[in-house]
Amino acid sequence: MTVDPIHQFQIKRFADLLNVSGVQFSFTNSAIFMFAIVAIVFFFLTYATRGRTLVPGRAQSVAEMGYEFIAKMVRDSAGNEGMVFFPFVFSLFTFVLVANIVGLIPYTFTVTAHLIVTAALALLVIGTVIVYGFLKHGSHFLHLFVPSGVPAFLLPFLVVIEVISFLSRPISLSLRLFANMLAGHIALKVFAFFVVGLASAGVVGWFGATLPFFMIVALTALELLVAVLQAYVFAVLTSIYLNDAIHPGH
Amino acid sequence: MMKPWKFSVALAVTGVCLLAAPLAVAPKAAYAEPVRVAEAAPAQTAPGGHAVAGGHENVVDEHAVTFPPFDATTFPSQLLWLAISFGLLYLLMSRVALPRIGRILEERHDRIADDLEEAVKHRTESEAAQAAYEKALNEARTKANTIAGETRDRLAADSDTNRKSLEADLAAKLTAAEQRIASTKSDAMSHVRGIAVDTTQAIVNTLIGSTPASADVERAVDAALTAKDAA
Repeated sequence: MTVDPIHQFQIKRFADLLNVSGVQFSFTNSAIFMFAIVAIVFFFLTYATRGRTLVPGRAQSVAEMGYEFIAKMVRDSAGNEGMVFFPFVFSLFTFVLVANIVGLIPYTFTVTAHLIVTAALALLVIGTVIVYGFLKHGSHFLHLFVPSGVPAFLLPFLVVIEVISFLSRPISLSLRLFANMLAGHIALKVFAFFVVGLASAGVVGWFGATLPFFMIVALTALELLVAVLQAYVFAVLTSIYLNDAIHPGH
Repeated sequence: MMKPWKFSVALAVTGVCLLAAPLAVAPKAAYAEPVRVAEAAPAQTAPGGHAVAGGHENVVDEHAVTFPPFDATTFPSQLLWLAISFGLLYLLMSRVALPRIGRILEERHDRIADDLEEAVKHRTESEAAQAAYEKALNEARTKANTIAGETRDRLAADSDTNRKSLEADLAAKLTAAEQRIASTKSDAMSHVRGIAVDTTQAIVNTLIGSTPASADVERAVDAALTAKDAA
């Protein structure tokens, strides 16, 4: 029994695969959970749609609702042209959602509680925006940073602000998800320690332990909400940022 | 009795303590590892106070020294597997799962559109049937009205003819009766002179005992009648 609330975030190396000039690539618990997420998402969606029934059952309804939910989100923020990004946003949403929810199960590992993972996803989004924006609009993409209808003397300041706001997007996008997952899991673990600690203190402790125990129940419900909400926020912001790649003019 | 704000403050303080305690324990547990202490934590001393007794029994491996999410040695592996797994997810979603769901939705959408179209067709048909029915009803009504009108006219004409013939009959009878009355009257009037003459002869006979000559009496009666007529 460990009393370390950050122990749950540790990366366990199961097999060292290759070492490229000092950079070690290993097969880790994080990798296992990433593949588990992919498997869960894919098998759920294929299992749910196995009947391809006209009147959907429960599982198929969930799959269709997820599809239409993300499709509507992308269409609302990025228009019909934005539907090229629909599989991307859908993958991001399901990956983050399942990672967050799987992480709530005790003894599991939360992939999204690692800054490098959320940062990689956020940079992937911003990278897509930049690359697609330049490919589609060329230098016209830079109009994203130049608001129209602004007095000339204000323009330099506004361009600076726009650039800063654009550059801070991946930071806020990744930190938001990472910090939410990290803080939630630490809080859960801390209350779990109190249950164990108080319960080991005898009969009085057992009664005392019920208090943090109910706290854990409440926190788990809250964390479930946070898990879904953060996946939603990640997907919404992604569609809004992708809209900039499609319609760079203000 | 506790005031609400006091309760809130107490709750907040307790919460902060609860959160702070394990965080305070954590570094101590980490630095308790004999080998790593020298390398990773040269000057820092762990806060004592509320360290849990079990802290020293922790099995702490090498990663516990750095906060795991900031342990850069794990970054390459995580990035590699994230790239592979997320790439796989993207491929599976864009090639298999999403087209499949999209097809189902499209089929349903088509089916609903077809059904709606059919419903509209049926409605048009029923509306046409309704219109035809109303037209037939109107025609029947008009026809019935025509028949009724014709019958009424015919009956009226019949009764008119009957009435006219009856009236003509009556008028003829009336005329005949009037003629008979007139003839009877003239007959009667023609007999008046004879009666007057006879009566006069009788009266004179009674008065004077002799019967006057018929010619004289007739002359006197005629004169009297003429005088009466003139009067």
